[in-house]
Amino acid sequence: MTTEPKPLLTKKDYMSDQIIRWCPGCGDYAILAQAQTVFAELQIPRENLVVVSGIGCSSRFPYYVSSYGFHTIHGRAPTIATGLKVSRPELSVWIVTGDGDALSIGGNHTAHMIRRNVDVQVLLINNRIYGLTKGQYSPTSEAGKKTKSSPFGSVDHPMLPLAFALGCDASFVARSVDVFTVQQRDVLKAAYHHRGTSFVEIYQNCNIFNDGAWDQLVDKTIREERCLFLEHGKPMVFAGGKKGIKLNGMRPTVVDIGAGITADDCLVHDETDPFLGAILARMDYPDFPVPMGVIHRKERPTFDREMNAQVEEIVAAKGKGDLQALVTGRETWMVG
Amino acid sequence: MKPLQFVDDVVIRFAGDSGDGMQVTGSQFTNTTALAGNDLSTFPDFPAEIRAPAGTLAGVSGFQIRFSSSDIFTPGDAPEVLFAMNPAALKANIADLKKGGMVVANQEKFTPKDFEKAGLTSNPLEDGSLDEYRVVKVDMARMTKEAIEGLGLGTKEVDRTKNFFALGMAYWLYNRDPMATEAWIQQKFKPPFVEANLRAMRAGHAYAETVELFETRFEVPKADLPAGRYRNILGSQALAIGLVVGSQKAGVPLFLGSYPITPASDILHQLAGYKQFNVQTFQAEDEIAAIGAAIGASFGGAIGVTTTSGPGMALKGEAIGLAVMTELPLVIVNVQRGGPSTGLPTKTEQSDLMQAMYGRNGEAPLAVLAASSPTDCFDAAVEAVRVAVTYMCPVILLTDGYLANGSEPWKVPDVSSIQDFAVKFRTEPEGFKAYLRDAGTLARPWVRPGTPGLEHRIGGIEKAEHTGNVSYDPVNHERMIHLRAEKIARIEVPDVEVHGDPGELLLIGWGSTAGAIHSGVDMARARGHKVAYAHLRWLNPLPKNLPAVLRSFKKVLVPEMNMGQLSRILRAETLVDCIAITKVQGQAFKVSEIYKTILNHSTRSDA
Repeated sequence: MTTEPKPLLTKKDYMSDQIIRWCPGCGDYAILAQAQTVFAELQIPRENLVVVSGIGCSSRFPYYVSSYGFHTIHGRAPTIATGLKVSRPELSVWIVTGDGDALSIGGNHTAHMIRRNVDVQVLLINNRIYGLTKGQYSPTSEAGKKTKSSPFGSVDHPMLPLAFALGCDASFVARSVDVFTVQQRDVLKAAYHHRGTSFVEIYQNCNIFNDGAWDQLVDKTIREERCLFLEHGKPMVFAGGKKGIKLNGMRPTVVDIGAGITADDCLVHDETDPFLGAILARMDYPDFPVPMGVIHRKERPTFDREMNAQVEEIVAAKGKGDLQALVTGRETWMVG
Repeated sequence: MKPLQFVDDVVIRFAGDSGDGMQVTGSQFTNTTALAGNDLSTFPDFPAEIRAPAGTLAGVSGFQIRFSSSDIFTPGDAPEVLFAMNPAALKANIADLKKGGMVVANQEKFTPKDFEKAGLTSNPLEDGSLDEYRVVKVDMARMTKEAIEGLGLGTKEVDRTKNFFALGMAYWLYNRDPMATEAWIQQKFKPPFVEANLRAMRAGHAYAETVELFETRFEVPKADLPAGRYRNILGSQALAIGLVVGSQKAGVPLFLGSYPITPASDILHQLAGYKQFNVQTFQAEDEIAAIGAAIGASFGGAIGVTTTSGPGMALKGEAIGLAVMTELPLVIVNVQRGGPSTGLPTKTEQSDLMQAMYGRNGEAPLAVLAASSPTDCFDAAVEAVRVAVTYMCPVILLTDGYLANGSEPWKVPDVSSIQDFAVKFRTEPEGFKAYLRDAGTLARPWVRPGTPGLEHRIGGIEKAEHTGNVSYDPVNHERMIHLRAEKIARIEVPDVEVHGDPGELLLIGWGSTAGAIHSGVDMARARGHKVAYAHLRWLNPLPKNLPAVLRSFKKVLVPEMNMGQLSRILRAETLVDCIAITKVQGQAFKVSEIYKTILNHSTRSDA
């Protein structure tokens, strides 16, 4: 008997029949398209793929992927994903979240998921604004930002999502931008292959409430000047090789290449070095180019595997539990 | 040899500082009593503070045990013997002691300094305030010290063994064999302390036998319980084991998501030790994560469980609504405590009934049941799992501190005699729709992710009736509200049973008041009052025969440890004028309180 090989899955196979309800021009379309492309490239069986989200524009994501999906409640996607992944470690679990969902209302869960190193992919879609509630400042909005809820300017200080993740001892931290299609796919694939919480920040443009939030970085004409595309083991150079990053003591500095300084003099990217990761996670425009790609990646035991390994160890040591013995207990007496 | 007097029913209480080991003393006495074949019921009562300043009222920890030669349902109203390890323990507990009862006082702690700590101005052992009681002063400290001399222990360590001295006295007084405790000491402690505790206990026993303080010792004969194998069990243990049995009967793994909270943490502790039973326990970062993970596990095909107490329930509200909306099986255990806010963490109350019934945004009905005794926590837990997986809905199981920490003998059930309710996951893609319901139960199909061809999305947004797709259609919304309510209403629950005299006066309760109501009604009927009682296992849905039952009585009383929450529900659901009998003191009803209530509302049949 011969079995026919399963036909290869295409991007289209990951598109659900639901009408997408994001605003025309929303950056989420590009991210959804890259994710679906990556799912197909990785040939993740649709039945083993689960997309979990919280609340916010980006959290509608699961409805648009023809896999298993769970659109949960605000900020709690990491909790549901943790329970799911621990009980079903063989599933590929992806969390799609936003700056408000992951860092404000769900900040606590995000922190604990990362420190536990639950083996999930997190796409933190950061547009520095609350979109679904129609335009209030978010935990990543710049200080002084004027929004509906801060007409005189926000007095909140923004947080650095990747520095926060590294502070939780993240095992994988990366960054991309909605419109960096190829680079984004590379990052998503790397995230998939990493065992542990793969924390990916994706800069996204909300063209309705915060249009142009990342224009200073992403426009094709300036991208190379203002972003630092990282490659493990390669020197940190940008602006078409004309500039690089050097360490001056513990601080990074931008140097011009030429006039006695070559690329070889620049800092070499080491994904496995958490100290270097801490430096990169703090580098921001305009003082520095913004690091893109995998900033930190280092395997450590994952929560779901440890949890299940413990159960297996106990069963191996004690044998499968005897239910009647459990109910009966140790000390008993007879009546009659 | 001092005379041995046979008695049927005894209540004693050990009370001391939090550091005096009263809970250990109480539980050891309990085990020994259980092994001796009495029926028993216990009530530990301890402060929220781990170690309040020694000698103060805030630090008093107590353990009451009632044991009997007949079937009993409560830990007793009033002890006849009180072991008071210091003046604060005496002051905090003396009001409960039966008139004429005995105080065994640890003399060494009755000094002016100790009186001051307890807020007393004079020595209660000598100032006449205990004239109505028999006072036995025992210099436990000196005798314990003498008994364990030569073991090289420091003063503090010596002091820590005196609870075993008290236990030894109690064993003599009630003619108990200390063998089980001796074995326990051998197993529990390290060498010098094994010997020290054994010597202290034997010294207490010998002292009670020798001195002239006690004229008689008492013997409570074996209780005439139904034949079978028995064990003693705490409510929290019974509940944890019930969850395990429930999950195995359902044929699915058990996933517990929990955040430590008094008095629910013991269930987490128990289940954490049962991993060989296909159990996973997840100590979450907070209450919300605990239930979120449980919901995630249920989505994955396990039975998700979360255990908490009132404040934790408040935090879980939104996630419970998600489970209602996504129609996933889930068991939520609320071990109720005194509220509101932090309230009385270690005390008991039934004040979360309305929260369980209605404490969510939107129209979000779910199944609610309550356990009625420590051993009933087992049956209630199995039942909660069964209903959750059968009807695909969240189930709230209410217990309280009194049930969780109380213990009683349990006739060990034969696990194979408990009916299976094996889950059948949907695997057939043909005709699958995520919200297509079973015609009988209205349950939607349960599909494990990983099943090819059944990929679907669920979430908290309103669902289209069959497909489960997002729908904002107004008529569909109303239809779904009705369907979710109808599904809960269809849960089959047994009719409520009436015990006692028909037609006149009915006492109806729920949860842990069962024992006190039962006993109070028995007492009143024995004295000729026409009265009956009924107890509700299910709060939502209510038994179908309930309205007719309530209407068949001239008067209905509802004793509950809150401000009348069940009485309001009963009034609303049956239009019967149910009268709330409330007690909100962080303490269970006494049988005498129920009895007095009956006296106030009834006429004697011979009157």
